[in-house]
Amino acid sequence: MHVFADPTNLDAYLSGFLWILKLTGSSAVLALVLGVLLAAFRVSPVPVLRGFGAAWVNIFRNTPLTLIIFFCYFGLFTTLGLTLSDDLDQNNYWLGVVGLSVYTAAFVCEAVRSGINTVPPGQAEAARAIGLTFFQTLRIVVLPQAGRAVVAPLGSVLIALCKNATIVGTIGLIEASSVMKQLINDNGDAVIPIFLVFAGTFAALLIPTGYFFGWLANRLAVKR
Amino acid sequence: MTTGDPLIVLDGVNKWFGPLHVLDDVSLSVGRGEVVVVIGPSGSGKSTLCRTINRLEPIDNGTITFDGQALPAEGKPLAKLRSEVGMVFQSFNLFAHKTILENVTLGPVKVRKEKPAAARERGLALLDRVGIANQADKYPAQLSGGQQQRAAIARALAMQPKAMLFDEPTSALDPEMVGEVLDVMTSLARDGMTMVVVTHEMGFARHAANRVIFMADGKLVEDAPPAEFFANPRSERAKDFLSKILTH
Ligand SMILES: Nc1ncnc2c1ncn2[C@@H]1O[C@H](COP(=O)(O)OP(=O)(O)OP(=O)(O)O)[C@@H](O)[C@H]1O
Ligand SMILES: [Mg+2]
Repeated sequence: MHVFADPTNLDAYLSGFLWILKLTGSSAVLALVLGVLLAAFRVSPVPVLRGFGAAWVNIFRNTPLTLIIFFCYFGLFTTLGLTLSDDLDQNNYWLGVVGLSVYTAAFVCEAVRSGINTVPPGQAEAARAIGLTFFQTLRIVVLPQAGRAVVAPLGSVLIALCKNATIVGTIGLIEASSVMKQLINDNGDAVIPIFLVFAGTFAALLIPTGYFFGWLANRLAVKR
Repeated sequence: MTTGDPLIVLDGVNKWFGPLHVLDDVSLSVGRGEVVVVIGPSGSGKSTLCRTINRLEPIDNGTITFDGQALPAEGKPLAKLRSEVGMVFQSFNLFAHKTILENVTLGPVKVRKEKPAAARERGLALLDRVGIANQADKYPAQLSGGQQQRAAIARALAMQPKAMLFDEPTSALDPEMVGEVLDVMTSLARDGMTMVVVTHEMGFARHAANRVIFMADGKLVEDAPPAEFFANPRSERAKDFLSKILTH
């Protein structure tokens, strides 16, 4: 482990994963908000909103993430001049967050929508019958009961998001996978240990995440 | 029993499910305080009729007015209308993730913006009225069918509705629980609630209804006081239907 004994390398390793965590955190929050909204659109009685939700899902779910991240950089930033921060790293970071969020939102939307479909339609009908509005019905009656069915797939979406965050390395943010590549280039004698450390760190972050979501899904189970 | 001015009025209502003409030129007026029982063979459109009155099913043409107002098409006005019309479903549809008391107070608090404490007090009184005050803190799945349906009636009553719709409220119940639900409905009828009740409980129709409506193939075939309807059904369809259900 001589590679990580060098403080410069250790710093690079830590800052690489810090970027991954930040990308994951910000994108998760944005994608969750956006995804739930899109799911609401997709089950709403308004055709325009349903169409918008469906279009979003179909476009972003079926475009490779690499293309979306490239578009954020070369399209939004370089061509259209969208600057999200004056600091280069911060700018790349936020462009990455935009790309990851719009992409992940499509998956969140589908997870939430399939969860909504597990709730018996009589529940929403009873809610509407006492005078709750569409959004109240969704928020107070349907989504809480969709919880169990939504949480487990959302866990998978979050895990995928965390791994996908490495793609932001392609537009110049020195996140974990870029650091790994650099360390491997500089330390040809320690390729496998370096690889194992990076892979192990992802596993150490993500395996508990998966268990946590499984546990949460069980806690949220609604008895019928 | 006296009944007042019209509260629910359907005029020339038509509805199709694709090619299926489920409501065929239905006109019907239900007076304030009146109890109307709807019967008819399976698939004749009874549930659909019931559900058009609070617009859970939109209609294709004709008009429906409730308390002098045409049914709003959507949005807040429609939600408000629905809050004034109680509905009780065959499968209860209690909110599975809420306690019985929360089921009953949800509407008053979220729709009527009542204070939680006041809603709770009224909710408990309603649960007491339907005989399940001791179940207030349980979840729906912990109750028997009859108790769940009485809770569902309390939930609807909590909105202080001007009318109540019942779509086969006892059909999903074990026989020994039918009586307890019908008792609650009968007492509601006595207290002057306007009710539209889809049911196969002929005893309830005889004793509690002001009128019986017989539907077949989406059409309103007969409309008569229960004594008259059961003694002398005019149409062949009704005679046939009655002979089938009364011999069992
Ligand atoms: N959402 C729907 N889409 C298509 N067809 C429907 C729908 N709901 C009901 N139908 C059909 O419309 C017809 C009338 O249905 P409805 O439920 O009103 O009958 P019903 O008189 O209540 O019958 P039952 O006694 O079986 O409850 C039936 O043929 C039914 O299959
Ligand atoms: Mg029916």
